[in-house]
Amino acid sequence: MEGTIPLTYYIIISAILFSMGALGVLIRRNALIIFMSIELMLNGANLAFVAFARNYHVITGQIFVFFVMTVAAAEVAVGLALIVAIFRSKNSIDVDQMSSLKG
Amino acid sequence: MDSMLIFFIVLALAAVASAVGLLVSRSAVYAALYLVINFASVAVFYLMLGAPFIALVQITVYAGAIMVLFLFVIMLLGAEKLPKGGSLPWQRPLAIGLSAVLFFEAGYLLLQKVQSSAVLLQPEAQINTMDAIRELGINLFSIYLLPFEVTSILLLVAMVGAIILTKQEKGAKE
Repeated sequence: MEGTIPLTYYIIISAILFSMGALGVLIRRNALIIFMSIELMLNGANLAFVAFARNYHVITGQIFVFFVMTVAAAEVAVGLALIVAIFRSKNSIDVDQMSSLKG
Repeated sequence: MDSMLIFFIVLALAAVASAVGLLVSRSAVYAALYLVINFASVAVFYLMLGAPFIALVQITVYAGAIMVLFLFVIMLLGAEKLPKGGSLPWQRPLAIGLSAVLFFEAGYLLLQKVQSSAVLLQPEAQINTMDAIRELGINLFSIYLLPFEVTSILLLVAMVGAIILTKQEKGAKE
């Protein structure tokens, strides 16, 4: 390990992952893919957390990532349960068809 | 160009390519597998950043548990084939433009933060040692004990909520 990677590179990767997750939320209409894109965004934010924690030599960033992962696990459990419930009632997980509340 | 940088670039390409694959794949199963590749490469990033505990939690929780849950739901719903076609013609270019704006804004703000501090990653002899994990554990169970306990309640509530949401009501359907 003779060289180190500048923090800038990690930040750029993190921003790319985050904005690609946002892009996925915007362009896909399958609720499962939208969910996966949200996980991608969380990953991008976590990467920035760990990179900054490494840079400033504080452990708090890693602890925050730990909590973010826990909340993501809870979110996935509840969200997938919601998707299953929606699929049972509408027989589809296309978000365009979830328009019952449309006036 | 040293070997670490080459390794980093290869890994970054893997992460970005798997994210692109997630966005364009027509099959939900392939999308989930692309996401696993992405999680694994981010876990290697964590290892390079001296966070071995976070890297392993990433592998076990994200690439393991969460993705198995995703694949299970995909198989359960039989939704692996996604219908093609877009109803809104302007949706895709608008979304790409908006996320490009988001990328430049996020990158600009974060990089400004970096440059104002003007500190680069210091080369350290040993970053992947037990000391980092020990320090993490000590912090987690002393300063951050209350959030840790709240997290357990959150997980319990999520578990109960998932069971309640997916429970078939008696007599509602055959």
